Amino acid sequence: MSVSSEGVLRPLPVRRRRNRFVTWLASDTRAAVSLAFLLALASLSVLANVIAPYSPLEQSMDILAPPSAAHLLGTDDLGRDVFSRLIHGGPMSLYASFLAVSVGTLIGLPFGVLAGYLGGWVDTAVSRVIDTILSCPSIVLAIAVTGALGIGLTNSMIAVGIVFSPGLARLIRVQTMIVKGELYVDAARTFGMSTGRLVWRHILPNAIQPVIVQVTLLLATALLAEASLSFLGLGVQPPNPSWGQMLARAYAYMEIAPEQMYAPGFAILFTALAFNALGESLRSLLDPTRRRSD
Amino acid sequence: MSARTLRLIGWRLIQVVPVIVLATFAVFGLLQLVPGDPAAVIAGETATAERIAQIREMLGLDLPLWQQYLHWLGGAVRGDLSTSLITGLPVIDEVLRRLPNTLLIVFLALILAISIAVPLGILAATHVEGKVDRLVTSIASLGVAVPNFWVGMILVGFFALSLGWFPTTGAASLFEDPGAALRHAALPAIALASSGIAEITRQLRSSLIEVLSSQYVRTLHAKGLSQGAILWKHGLKNVSLTLLTVIGLVFNRTLGATVAIEAVFAIPGTGSLVVTSATNKDFPVVQGVVFVLVLIVIFCNLVIDILYSILDPRMNKK
Repeated sequence: MSVSSEGVLRPLPVRRRRNRFVTWLASDTRAAVSLAFLLALASLSVLANVIAPYSPLEQSMDILAPPSAAHLLGTDDLGRDVFSRLIHGGPMSLYASFLAVSVGTLIGLPFGVLAGYLGGWVDTAVSRVIDTILSCPSIVLAIAVTGALGIGLTNSMIAVGIVFSPGLARLIRVQTMIVKGELYVDAARTFGMSTGRLVWRHILPNAIQPVIVQVTLLLATALLAEASLSFLGLGVQPPNPSWGQMLARAYAYMEIAPEQMYAPGFAILFTALAFNALGESLRSLLDPTRRRSD
Repeated sequence: MSARTLRLIGWRLIQVVPVIVLATFAVFGLLQLVPGDPAAVIAGETATAERIAQIREMLGLDLPLWQQYLHWLGGAVRGDLSTSLITGLPVIDEVLRRLPNTLLIVFLALILAISIAVPLGILAATHVEGKVDRLVTSIASLGVAVPNFWVGMILVGFFALSLGWFPTTGAASLFEDPGAALRHAALPAIALASSGIAEITRQLRSSLIEVLSSQYVRTLHAKGLSQGAILWKHGLKNVSLTLLTVIGLVFNRTLGATVAIEAVFAIPGTGSLVVTSATNKDFPVVQGVVFVLVLIVIFCNLVIDILYSILDPRMNKK
C-alpha cells in the first residue's frame, strides 16, 4: 500500500479484494478447478476457429469413422469432424446459458423487488402469478413458449429465461422483505431519499447475494435445458453444431458408432458440474453460516 | 380427522381456485406470444388465404381477446380443449390417451428416487464429513449435472443393445400387459430418476444434519437415548416434512424432464406430444398438454399441502 499526496490510502481496497479472491481459490480446490475449466472453455470458444482442425460444417466421404490421428474423435454421419464440432459447440452452449439466465434475471428481479418492497396487494398478485408459473413443469413450459416464439437457439433460451424468472423473483422478494426492515433503510428514508434511489443504492446491493449464487447454479440448469431442447430439435438448428444436437445425431447412429455419444455428453456434464461447483462455493463464501457441502 | 383438519382442507381447496384461474390465463396467453398474425404463422409460409382465414375462424382469432378467452375457458370447463390443427381430433382425447405412458415412468422414477435417495441421505447425514458422506455428496453432484437423456442413451446402449435385457423403445399398456409395460418403463424410469435421487439425497442430508445437531437431540443424547432411537424416532420424524416438500418439487421436475426421455425411448407420452405439436405449431395441442400438466401439478401440491397439515400439528393451531 502507498500513501498518495492527499494522504489517502488508494491501492488498499483493490489489493485486499485480490487477496480475498486468491484465498478463496486456494481454500477451495473444487472452485479453482471449475473456474479454470470454465476459463479454458471460454478461451476455447473464442479461439474456436483457430483451434478446431476442420470447419464444423465441412463434410467428407469419411462417414462415421472411428477416432484416428486425422479425426481425434472420429466423424459423424455426414463425415464432419466431431472434435471440431465439439469445440464449436462450446460458444453455443455458453451463449445459451448466459442468455437464458440474463433474461430470467431481467424479468424476475424487478418484479421480485417490487413485490417485496411494496407488499400489500402488489405482493399478493405477483406471488400468485409466481406460484402459477412455477406449477408448470419448466421444460414443458419452455417448449410451449419456444413453439410460440418460433424454433431456434435464441428463442428457446428466451423461453428458458422466462421460465427461470418466477424462481428468481421469489428469491429476491424474500431478500427485499428482509432488507427492507433494516435500520439503515429507515435511516435513508428519514433523510428523504427517493424510493428509486433507496432501492437501487441500499436494498438491491444488500439483497442480491443469494441471487448471485442462484444465478450461477441456474447457468448449469440453462446448459442442461439447452442440451435437452437442441436434442429435441427445438434449439440450435442444423447444420450448426451444439452438444445436445450432436447427441441426437449420435443416438440415431448408435448401433453403428456407439462411441460418438460420449464426448458431447461429457462436455455437457463437466460444464454443468463446473457451474454448480462454482455456485456452491460462492454460497459458502457469501454465507459463512452454511456448511460447504450443504 | 378433526373438524379443524377438515376446515383446513376446505380452505386449501378454496385457495387453489385463483391459481387455476391464473393458469388458464397463462395457458391461453401462450398464443399471444406468437409474433405477428398467429393464424398466418400456424398455417405456414405456403398457405393459401382461405386456409389462414379458416384457421383464424377455427381458433376464434377474429374475436376480441376476452371473448376468445371465455370461449376457450367455456370449452375447458366442459372438458373440451379444442381440436388438433393437424389431425382434427379432440385434444383432450389425445392427451388422456398418452398420459398413462408418461405417468407410469414418472411415478416409477419417483419411487426409485425415493427408495435410493432416502437411505443414501441418512447414510451421509450420520457420517458427516466422512468417506461415506463424501462419496454420497459426489454422487449427488453428478446426478444434478448429468443430462438425463444422455443417461438414457447410455442405458439403452448397454442394457438394451449389448445385453438385450430390456426393449430399446416403445411402451405397453399397464392394464393390458403389466409385465411388458414395466419392462418398457424400467430403463426410462432409471434415467429419469437420476436428478431426483440427487435432489432428494442432498435435501434430506442437509436437513437431517441440522436436526441431529440441534439442541433437543443433544438433550436426548444426554438423557441416554441410543443413537438409533434418536435417528428413527426423532430425526426422521422431523425431516419428513422437508422430504414431502422435496418430493413435490421433484415430481414437478420429473414431469418436465420426461420430455427428453420420451424422445430417447420413443414413448408415446405427453412429452413427445408437446414436442411434435410445438414443432408443427399445433398450438391447441400445446395448450392442452400444458394445461393438463399444470392441473396435475396443482393437484399434487394440494395433496402435499394437506398431508403437511396432517403430519405437522403445529400447522393446525394457526
